[in-house]
Amino acid sequence: MIPLETKAKPARKVILDSKIPEGSIDQKWTTYKNNIKLVNPANKRGIDVIVVGTGLAGGSACATLAELGYNVKAFCYQDSPRRAHSIAAQGGINAAKNYQGDGDSTFRLFYDTVKGGDYRSREANVHRLAEVSANIIDQCVAQGVPFARDYGGLLDNRSFGGVQVSRTFYAKGQTGQQLLLGCYSAMSRQIGKGKIAMYNRHEMMDLVIVDGKARGIIARNLVTGEIERHSAHAVVVASGGYGNVFFLSTNAMGSNTSAAWKIHKKGAFFANPCFTQIHPTCIPQHGDQQSKLTLMSESLRNDGRIWVPAKKEDAEAIRAGRLDPRNIREEDRDYYLERRYPSFGNLTPRDVASRAAKERCDAGFGVGTNDTGEAVYLDFASAITRYGQEQANIQGKHDASAEEIQQMGKKVVEAKYGNLFQMYEKITADNPYETPMKIYPAVHYTMGGVWVDYNLMTTIPGCYAIGEANFSDHGANRLGASALMQGLADGYFVLPYTIGDYLADDIRTGAIPTDLPAFDEAEQKVIEEIERFLSNNGSHSVDYFHKRLGKIMWNQVGMSRNRAGLEDAIASIAELREEFWQDVRVPGSNDMNPELEKAGRVADFLELGELFARDALEREESCGGHFREEHQTEDGEAVRDDKKYAFVSAWEYKGEPSKAEMHKEDLIYENIEMKVRSYK
Amino acid sequence: MSGKKGLDLTLKVWRQKGEKEKGRMETYQVNEISPDSSFLEMMDILNEQLINEGDEPVAFDHDCREGICGSCSLFINGEAHGPGRAITTCQLHMREFNDGDTIYIEPWRAKAFPVIKDLIVDRGAFDRIMSAGGFVNVNTSGNTQDANALPIPKEDADKAFDAATCIGCGACVATCKNASAMLFVSAKVSQFALLPQGKVEASERVQNMVKQMDDEGFGNCTNTGACEVECPKGISLENIARMNREYIRSSLS
Repeated sequence: MIPLETKAKPARKVILDSKIPEGSIDQKWTTYKNNIKLVNPANKRGIDVIVVGTGLAGGSACATLAELGYNVKAFCYQDSPRRAHSIAAQGGINAAKNYQGDGDSTFRLFYDTVKGGDYRSREANVHRLAEVSANIIDQCVAQGVPFARDYGGLLDNRSFGGVQVSRTFYAKGQTGQQLLLGCYSAMSRQIGKGKIAMYNRHEMMDLVIVDGKARGIIARNLVTGEIERHSAHAVVVASGGYGNVFFLSTNAMGSNTSAAWKIHKKGAFFANPCFTQIHPTCIPQHGDQQSKLTLMSESLRNDGRIWVPAKKEDAEAIRAGRLDPRNIREEDRDYYLERRYPSFGNLTPRDVASRAAKERCDAGFGVGTNDTGEAVYLDFASAITRYGQEQANIQGKHDASAEEIQQMGKKVVEAKYGNLFQMYEKITADNPYETPMKIYPAVHYTMGGVWVDYNLMTTIPGCYAIGEANFSDHGANRLGASALMQGLADGYFVLPYTIGDYLADDIRTGAIPTDLPAFDEAEQKVIEEIERFLSNNGSHSVDYFHKRLGKIMWNQVGMSRNRAGLEDAIASIAELREEFWQDVRVPGSNDMNPELEKAGRVADFLELGELFARDALEREESCGGHFREEHQTEDGEAVRDDKKYAFVSAWEYKGEPSKAEMHKEDLIYENIEMKVRSYK
Repeated sequence: MSGKKGLDLTLKVWRQKGEKEKGRMETYQVNEISPDSSFLEMMDILNEQLINEGDEPVAFDHDCREGICGSCSLFINGEAHGPGRAITTCQLHMREFNDGDTIYIEPWRAKAFPVIKDLIVDRGAFDRIMSAGGFVNVNTSGNTQDANALPIPKEDADKAFDAATCIGCGACVATCKNASAMLFVSAKVSQFALLPQGKVEASERVQNMVKQMDDEGFGNCTNTGACEVECPKGISLENIARMNREYIRSSLS
């Protein structure tokens, strides 16, 4: 068994300096910006910045850095920056504009985000995020992003994620796409000017550190297999989250943790890996041969009611295909969210809703007709009737038949959610207007990530992490429509300032040569790993191991965790990793070879998974997406322990995950009182 | 769907080692494919089988598997993104096929989209067209006016949005007998031409983007409308008409 009490060891004392500026919370960012060092335009032309990843965070950073005058080298594994997975975000982007006059403000957005994160995020960073949020909308509109508008021509808002104001801007169910394409346009403009050198179909293989500073990367050209050296004065990692450690998730197939993990292995601390968001409304897994899960937008919970049968025999009959859910009488249904959380009902936050679904399915009330039996209903029947009745009243049809009311109601629901219903029908072949949708939670987003200070710099000087790749803003649970906000805030408005403070010392450095020993060494290791994979000649594919890792993660490190399960997971993952290196088969050669790409990514997931489980084991409390069965109330609610665990766990790599050493950044709340998060 | 036996299928798949190599159709058999599987999951199963048999798996582009990233790009039984309308390849499910079917799977074929390997093509031409003018010349400094200082009629905003939903997959090019990129280019030109933010430099934009499109070797539009039929996002032919108007106007002024 792996020793767990690493923090008790007498080790070199590392003090994490978050570099939070002095002053009142609403003045920190302004004062800070007024006092940081600047780089003059002529000097910027002599400075190179590498950005890895071109989603909302990376793409926006590339565009702004290039506009400021830096020479940007951007890398993405996709064939175009336009395809990064930010594009799949559906619902919207939050901003404290208060256009609806419903009492929103910077402070409220700050407060909601800290509370939603279950008091495990850094106040100063979150406040800055709320401050710059409004500007994001201005910027995107200026770029021609077609947000939804009302008939007066002004921007429309919707409410989201259980907060009490309407601050979410959206573009139908494709907000992420429109924002990313805006970013991509801004990048394209700079690519055309030659200020961004775009490396599509390239993967970062390692970070190069020269004299203690991040000075470049080793990249692999995914078309030719060529290993390339790229130097710069700073390296920005914007490579997204690590949800694919679970194999099945709503992430893109190629989403990976490798860039973040490589910098971790070179000295960047990894924070709160166990904080992962399991989204309650996804289409259930259909079987063992599934590769990917699909999200159904949280907005559906505004009108859909979630239920399972109240009687076990009914659930069994449904699973066996003997009973149609529509034939279950109202009194035999258990609307368990409305029952347990009367004040928030179906709009409880994601972590709470997900656990409640699991609890019902574990208790034998699941309605999945798939292999697992795991699914609950998301039912629009009462919304259809309610809207239909409303339409009948509006149209003065007081003698409308039940059927006419249904027809009118369906039209209203179609106008609101038509594209989502259509997507559901394409995947499941069920018509959700007629029969309730079946949903189940799935891995969606990772709040944890690379530890960064207020400047978004990691513990490696000159190496930055932005967007989902870092840990700083969402604590233990992210609110809906806040991921897009953070990505663009980091990239457009935060990093371009803070990076200047660091680069101001590099104006006389000149171009970094790529023939330094640090490049030789890093490149050699990359080549060795590729050769090892290609000559391994084992008996199982990469996916075989990835699926097994995913099962361990899902069953033991998923929605609910306990000591025994976590200890077992830690041991199983270490064994699986060993087996992987001995027995993986990677066909083909070092040219275009998707299996080789996957092998490298899964090798990193096999290390991260273990650290993830260790972090979950160390955190003896339940908060946000992290639920420890040992720490719950009698009725199954999470019990947080602020006395002992109001800190960020920041892990330092020490040769392998079992030896990683935990450092703590204490979370100090000066502006928000820590309270029990209740949705009852 | 439970209780129904899976599908046994014969696949004819285009294999090509590299851009300069000669390609050929190869025949594979896959069995007991669940009708609930997506088409790309069926491809995953084929690849797993090939790896286990010691062969090299089939390379194909894919990423989000939700119909939005625009990576997937298969020509299935002679149709871009296969049977079914308004879907991408990743949204196609095996219940659309019958037990015993033979399925032909090919890459996009167009002069401007050279094959890189197997079913993967190089769509870099689209990126270059975007770099030629697919943007509004505004800095991302954040020093812009308040978003609501510029009301935009809902109808224009909605039309701009419809054009902006293009995912850049290239199905329009692949399905066009002339391999024309008019639908793709016109969608971006229209999005900006419909919005006040984009009108300022509308003339330059359409000229530059069309020039780049021609330089990349895409064919002309002969109004067959095939692109609109196969477009997974339902981008309308009206956009091509709008681009033509914009182009003529900018050529005369």
